[in-house]
Amino acid sequence: MEWSWERIPAEFVVTNVRLCRDGVLAKGRGFLHVRKGRVEALGAGSPSSEGIPCLDAGGLVCAPGLVDLSVHFREPGNEEKETVATGSRAAAAGGFTAVVTMPDTDPAVDNSGMVRYLIDRGREAGLCRIYPTGAISPGRRGEAMTEFGDMVAAGAVGFTDDMNPVANGNLLGNALKYAGMLGVPIITHPEDQTISGRGVMHGGYWATRLGLAGMSRAAEDAALFRDIELARAAKGHLHVAHVSTKGAVGIIRRAKAEGVHVTAAATPHHFSLDHARCRDWSPLFKTNPPLREADDLGAIAEGLADGTIDAIATDHAPHTGTEKEFQFDQAPFGVVGLETALAVGITYLVNTGLLDLGQLIACLSERPARALHLPVGRLEEGAEADFVLIDPERRWTVAAGAFRSRSANSPYLGETLTGRAVATFLRGRLTWRDEAGPAAG
Amino acid sequence: MILRSKDVLGLEDLTAEEILGVIDIASRFRAVFDRPVRSVPIMRGRTVVNFFHEPSTRTRISFELAEKRLSADIVNFSTATSSLSKGETLRDTAENLAAMKIDMLVIRHSSSGAAQYLAKVLECSVINAGDGAHEHPTQGLLDIMTMRQRLGDLRGRKVTIIGDITHSRVARSNIWGLTKLGAEVTVCGPPTMVPTGLDRMGVRVEYDLMRAVADADVLNVLRIQLERHASRSFPSNREYHRMYGISADVVKKLKPEAFIMHPGPMNRDVEIASEVADGPRQVILDQVANGVAVRMALIYLLSGGDPGALAPAAAQA
Repeated sequence: MEWSWERIPAEFVVTNVRLCRDGVLAKGRGFLHVRKGRVEALGAGSPSSEGIPCLDAGGLVCAPGLVDLSVHFREPGNEEKETVATGSRAAAAGGFTAVVTMPDTDPAVDNSGMVRYLIDRGREAGLCRIYPTGAISPGRRGEAMTEFGDMVAAGAVGFTDDMNPVANGNLLGNALKYAGMLGVPIITHPEDQTISGRGVMHGGYWATRLGLAGMSRAAEDAALFRDIELARAAKGHLHVAHVSTKGAVGIIRRAKAEGVHVTAAATPHHFSLDHARCRDWSPLFKTNPPLREADDLGAIAEGLADGTIDAIATDHAPHTGTEKEFQFDQAPFGVVGLETALAVGITYLVNTGLLDLGQLIACLSERPARALHLPVGRLEEGAEADFVLIDPERRWTVAAGAFRSRSANSPYLGETLTGRAVATFLRGRLTWRDEAGPAAG
Repeated sequence: MILRSKDVLGLEDLTAEEILGVIDIASRFRAVFDRPVRSVPIMRGRTVVNFFHEPSTRTRISFELAEKRLSADIVNFSTATSSLSKGETLRDTAENLAAMKIDMLVIRHSSSGAAQYLAKVLECSVINAGDGAHEHPTQGLLDIMTMRQRLGDLRGRKVTIIGDITHSRVARSNIWGLTKLGAEVTVCGPPTMVPTGLDRMGVRVEYDLMRAVADADVLNVLRIQLERHASRSFPSNREYHRMYGISADVVKKLKPEAFIMHPGPMNRDVEIASEVADGPRQVILDQVANGVAVRMALIYLLSGGDPGALAPAAAQA
């Protein structure tokens, strides 16, 4: 039977792939056999698949569908920036098949109805699994606890007040205990806002030179230290949404060694870009946590390599062009990341020798799924067939007009990156195919 | 061509030659001030917009005077009277201005980088009249002009800048300009007001006032911006004055020819004692006069004014 991209059959075999599993990229060629949305078989060599439609992938890497532990899809409330549908489209184009949404919508995701709504919107779009997180406190005001149990029953995978870090240590301690009982993490954006104050970029030479208010590393490190001690005392699970300082990497490494249940992610921009990028006042480089210094970037890469940092998460934060035309100090924090994460990882970590490709893919699939106990991120017999075909050598230039996201606030605009998802499959169904993707075999 | 760019955004962007060139022209304009008729009709028919998105009295008046003495047509607007308060973006406002065909924009804005942004999107010349805590190039130029009038070549001269360096655009413009001219710059203030990374800008940091001023040729005393210190970077005005204020006692310990500058407006008896502010060592009113001259020079040069043509005119003074 003929393979057809236009009509993907219920059963097919992808041959001539380099399988990537458990952080290891196979040296030789292999195959992946999909049947009714599940992995029927996979392995080295060629299968005996008489009569089954067959795609010769020409040596592409075949990896588990990528998993992003932190995205802002802005629905409901800010649909002009992103919706679940447009965000899912961006995710698929980046090779992702599962994303964890942050609850900072308007209104906030602070009840089970909102959790169900997001999951339903994700199903309607049908391009990506949506795993919502709920807010720790109603309205993310940091005053009281939301109904964790009810939200977990509806499908919430963790709780966070995200960019409104819970200042009240008693509330956060209780949230860690309560979430721990339910088997889900508290996700923290560690920032002591009495330290970071009105800062808009990393507190260092460039903030001084540009005359912009700085956010010192101490704001992150001090808050993280508190959060970890609270997790230790509560015997809860703390997940750090985005590590940006070398100090934070050290704090997490030590806590893990001491047996605290802490997991962590870092964003692509925090291991690839430093604070000097703010030199032209472009708000495309305004993020929170801020872009830091060379030794922080190095510590994050090291943390990913030794497993201190479990995952790469994009913190995909779409904003309209108008908002990113504000002055640097007035513009909102955040950058889009879903469509560039894989390429940034390959360009800045793999091609520089800091990680090998298998490790990078694990940081974007198995490891994040394991960190947050998500039932995805593995390519194995019987699992649902979420996978991505990757060309690790494809060079492409990031262009504002080419984003599937509704927003294009990327710090990599104009930059030429290496590596791309050329086809993404969710439950055996095609959700993304690069126009210049693999030819039908 | 004395200036290479269509804009003057900061002293960081200017070369030592450009800085000295501007000051040379400014000195010629300064001579015009003593004539009974102080205006020069070289900007007739050209429009300059003064766009002040932050309160300012002296800088705005200084620019206006400079423009009037060059016979330019002037439009002033400030936040209270513009549509920025109605949520319009800076770009929209600027493009509207540009559509009305202006020749030059003078901008004061509370956001660092605002002037740089407008210079990029507008075809007309942009002069930065202060952007956030970043730069205040005309103040830097007038300070340097004032120093050169007394000291000549600034190479090896010791300039100490005292006060809230963190929030000071005056300090940054002074640092860029003075280091380019070979002066040795020391900054001094409590560590809560001295930001990290200044050593990379080529200056010495000193927290002890007496050590900072002992062998200085010039003290540039910054205004303590009381309104910016919501979280209190110092305990009280009294203690600030005691530890960092330029009092008569401090002045006694300076080198005999050392002089004192202040960009104004002063908080008397906070960063500078009243008797010093009114005393013989200060050159504050000279700074004010040089400010008009420096602004005239920049407007003249950015409008394509010929420095050669100016010399004979000024020589008549």
